[in-house]
Amino acid sequence: MLDRDTVNHVAQLAYLALDDEESSEMRLQLAQILDLFESLSLLQTDQVEPTARVIPLELPLRDDEVKPSLSQDQVLQNAPRIEDGHIVVPAVLTDS
Amino acid sequence: MTAHEASGLLRNREISSVELTEAVLERIGQVEPNLGAHISVTSDLAMKQANAADLAIQEGVVHSLCGIPIGLKDVLSTADVETTCGSRMLEGFVPPFDATVVGKLRGIGAVFTGKLNLDEFAMGSSTENSAFHVTKNPWDLTRVPGGSSGGSAAAVASYECMVSLGSDTGGSIRQPASFCGVVGVKPTYGRVSRFGLVAFASSLDQIGPIARDVEDAAILLEAISGGDSNDSTSLHVEVPNYCEVLGRSIEGLRVGVPVEYFGSGLDDDVKELVLKAIDQLADLGAEVVDVSLPHTEYALATYYLLAPAEASANLARYNGVKYGYSNLESVDVSDMMASSRARGFGEEVKRRIMLGTYALSAGYYDSYYLKAQKVRTLIRSDFDEVFQNVDLLAAPVSPSVAFSLGDRIDDPYEMYMSDAMTIPASMAGIAGLSVPCGFAEGLPVGLQMLGPALSEPTLLQAAYAYEQEAKILFKAPSLDV
Repeated sequence: MLDRDTVNHVAQLAYLALDDEESSEMRLQLAQILDLFESLSLLQTDQVEPTARVIPLELPLRDDEVKPSLSQDQVLQNAPRIEDGHIVVPAVLTDS
Repeated sequence: MTAHEASGLLRNREISSVELTEAVLERIGQVEPNLGAHISVTSDLAMKQANAADLAIQEGVVHSLCGIPIGLKDVLSTADVETTCGSRMLEGFVPPFDATVVGKLRGIGAVFTGKLNLDEFAMGSSTENSAFHVTKNPWDLTRVPGGSSGGSAAAVASYECMVSLGSDTGGSIRQPASFCGVVGVKPTYGRVSRFGLVAFASSLDQIGPIARDVEDAAILLEAISGGDSNDSTSLHVEVPNYCEVLGRSIEGLRVGVPVEYFGSGLDDDVKELVLKAIDQLADLGAEVVDVSLPHTEYALATYYLLAPAEASANLARYNGVKYGYSNLESVDVSDMMASSRARGFGEEVKRRIMLGTYALSAGYYDSYYLKAQKVRTLIRSDFDEVFQNVDLLAAPVSPSVAFSLGDRIDDPYEMYMSDAMTIPASMAGIAGLSVPCGFAEGLPVGLQMLGPALSEPTLLQAAYAYEQEAKILFKAPSLDV
């Protein structure tokens, strides 16, 4: 039920570069875990509301005030590549 | 010695925090090579905090955790201290801020002795998924300490700290506490701020205390609880004095025994000890009745859909751009992200991201994710119904004692099964704890108590009454080193 193409498609959606070996192992393990989920189809849930959170959530509001925040240095301190106060990534748009 | 005993000695000036902290650091030096409970030991920070605590104690009234050495699960952001989540992805990551709970403890003068090992991003039940090293069970070095807060439980059991903080998403505090013979509390969802807890599954994650006795757990829980404007899911409900209820009688307390937790798959030794503990609750005056939580068997499947789905979204932030591991050789941005994630994450994390992405993907959302959210409602309703008639539930924490290192690591399905008894309460967001109830094959067994939302005082009261009656008070593992 879980074919190689599906695994590769999901890996692409998840931005995970899997090699062939990882991909086949993942396919077997995921298939076994997905079998576990089949038991849920036995339950009749048409009239059941889904639970997304277990506590009532009110949208918290606050006054729009300027408050101290992290400094630029602190924000950038863990960035893998920085230049002139910016985070650097490989080119998003290329000629090819 | 417990934290509350140490606190008394500190305030009477019989010992100083510097002496206590030095003793703990020395203990870490002795046992750590065999145990592996820490990812990092923060000796310099600890000594600085201990000195400050001694000054504060000299000056007068202090919190009972002032000067007490505390270990932190390495999933809690700690300002200027490396916070790795047990992952190569965050190796070297130094957060510029404290998690709310860390800030609270810092504010009352606690001493941070180190960051404790865990399964990578808290995903696992044995701490074997840590990218750095495995942690061993202090009672038997060939066994796992449980997980994902395995380092937090092992460190407390082996006196590498007085108390610690863990986090529980599907049982990650209660199960290692049970395996290591210590007390672990999973508070009600929202009781403790999650700000600065690196997110795994946001609708389930909760921070809680691990301690050598119920009183210490109560003190630490009180110190970290409370609403927080930085966490919109935290409950702005007054924090009770958890120690006040300790020692009160449990006469007339209604205790439910969920029959589904005693079925096949439960080891006989564990069953016997848990039933004996329940008898002792009855001896203390509790009214014990059998109850049923009919959807228990579906909780595991529901959890392994919802938690990975939430994780796949939460872990999308690790893409090699703002922080974390980055493949610097890559010249294409998509390739950089995909290869950074492939190299930075371990097997279990990748497995769960794949599982979660699949469950959320077009064509499967209704049959998997939405279905699981609906079953989650049924699981919550089971608890709502039984709590109409009982004050709390008593059950095993895990179907077995600590299993051997390497036993289940290659079989994710088998590993997941070890969480079957802790997951339902996590799905419902209710309060729970594990308190030691004896030894089987020389290994600790925990009694799980579950109560409705915000029932922490009742749970702690019952656990304390049991602990005093059963006299299974903490004893240190021999840890022949």
